[in-house]
Amino acid sequence: MDTRGAPEHHHVTPVLQARGIVKHFGAVKALNGVDFTVNPGEVVALIGDNGAGKSTLVNVLTGVIPHDEGEMIFDGEVVHFSSPQDARDHGIETVYQDLAIAPHLDAVANIFLGREKRMGGIAGFFGFLDNKGMTEETIENLHRLNVRVPQLGRRLVTLSGGQRQGVAVARAVMWASKIVFMDEPTAALGVAQTQSVLHLIKEVRNTGTPVVFISHNMPNVFEVADRIVVLRLGEVVAELDPKTATIDDAVSAMTGSSRKIASAGGR
Amino acid sequence: MASQPEQAKHEEKPKRSLTSVLANSFTLVILAIIVLVFTALKGTTFLSLTNFNNILVDTSQLLLLTIGVTFVIITAGIDLSISSILILSAVVAAKVMIRYSGTYEQTSNYEFPTQNIGIPLGLLAGVLVGILCGITNGLIITKLQLPPFIVTLGTLGVYLGFAQLLTGGTTVAGVPPAIQNDIGLRNLWPAGFLGVNFRLIPPMVIAFVIAGISAVVLSRTRFGRYTYAIGSNAAAARRVGINVDWHLLKIYTVSGLLAGIAGIFDLMRFGTASVGTHQADNLAAISAAVIGGTSLFGGLGTIGGSVIGAFIPVVLRNGLVITGVQSFWQNVAVGVVLIVAVWLDQRRRKAEERI
Repeated sequence: MDTRGAPEHHHVTPVLQARGIVKHFGAVKALNGVDFTVNPGEVVALIGDNGAGKSTLVNVLTGVIPHDEGEMIFDGEVVHFSSPQDARDHGIETVYQDLAIAPHLDAVANIFLGREKRMGGIAGFFGFLDNKGMTEETIENLHRLNVRVPQLGRRLVTLSGGQRQGVAVARAVMWASKIVFMDEPTAALGVAQTQSVLHLIKEVRNTGTPVVFISHNMPNVFEVADRIVVLRLGEVVAELDPKTATIDDAVSAMTGSSRKIASAGGR
Repeated sequence: MASQPEQAKHEEKPKRSLTSVLANSFTLVILAIIVLVFTALKGTTFLSLTNFNNILVDTSQLLLLTIGVTFVIITAGIDLSISSILILSAVVAAKVMIRYSGTYEQTSNYEFPTQNIGIPLGLLAGVLVGILCGITNGLIITKLQLPPFIVTLGTLGVYLGFAQLLTGGTTVAGVPPAIQNDIGLRNLWPAGFLGVNFRLIPPMVIAFVIAGISAVVLSRTRFGRYTYAIGSNAAAARRVGINVDWHLLKIYTVSGLLAGIAGIFDLMRFGTASVGTHQADNLAAISAAVIGGTSLFGGLGTIGGSVIGAFIPVVLRNGLVITGVQSFWQNVAVGVVLIVAVWLDQRRRKAEERI
């Protein structure tokens, strides 16, 4: 499954295809001609050492920062995301490294934050919220996605870190119609909570929505990924198949200690 | 983490309302204790409809300031300038009122032939000054990205300075007496209605109506939701596409507007605009909001709590005057209540929260 060359017409149409993405921060070249493809219904793990450009790539793909060169093809069309809002409007949701939730609000308020449902008629005109409708819709969607968020009515500040991350993941999953990006979603979690997030990732993939999963944790990556893309110093240095490659292969590709093994891995 | 969402919803609902009751109960208990003590000491002199009425009237101005600053503090901001906005609004309203109520000779002789134009114009000017001051605060905070504490500490001085410059540091008197007699102190309660004599004056009515509207806006509308979200995590609010700066501009404008209304209330009730009084009202309002359960770190607070918080200093002063104790004790008592209230609130939250 070569995804680094020209568009492959004999495969399924990729949901997102980025080609030759370059991003400079002053003199530093954070991304140096990165090709990256996301296919329907797959979990792509994006791995790399600190400073390899993982977060920069995700930020470019989700409209947080603009890129300098290269093009992005989304659903068969060339797109330019000028803001995260823009990417969200295309059905791309992101779960951030630092939890992007409002801890003083409850799960429903967080899930609908910025997308509140208003009541009908004159009350809606004055901004009155349809809390009942939002709660029902949340329950319905979470049920459909088989996501379990405990205690919908409680302020998140009273929940554990894992439960809060569950809400952040649920929010992304509920709104993402095309792709979910997860930037180190398990970094702050314990073992059991990490397992439930990994489970959630598989559930999301099973609904057909692809997931791009960034992590430092190799066992997690190998457990959940269908394909592993390795970044090093702003370049894609390898694509590995977790079924055949080993954690050692991934680590050598990340650190650049053996490029031969790395580039052989995924082909 | 394994319960069904449906179940969770039903389990949690009563718990949630219990916590919100607990959040305000401490302030209510304090208020009840204060009332009980003064009732024990002075009986019906304190606990009477007339005195309750006086307390309501006296609370209206502080209530407006407290509501405005509650919105601000929930966004994790602060507005120190409200006391100066109040003073500047009252001064500008008085000046405009006098200027347009007759010629210089006429108004100097306490004749106000055109007061039907002058009074509404003055009141409007006072409210506009409040809005403008609020917008200025909001623009500086959001455009220059400066901490609200610094910005409003600066404008606290600027607005007071303008008021002093306009008046030469003296009290503005000589406004048309109609502002008091026909508007500010007009009793809307029909004499002997329901068998009681009650003083229902416009400033009090307006203040409590605004409190009611604010409570609904904060708890039930998207405006309120964004206010909490920004105070809870401004970065998260930005990421979901909320225009945080625009919302903050609105919040500081509301705070300025309410301070402006409190300013014209001063004129309506007392017939003068003084630069010397009200200078500590900003801290009184912030104290009232905090006593009422608003967190200075943002994301927490209710209008109901702030209303109770605003009553505490007024009831204390009223009771101390009636019992013949020096009313300066009010400052001591409010200070102690503030510290104890926040301490107990913090302990309760630490037990409940996991951050």
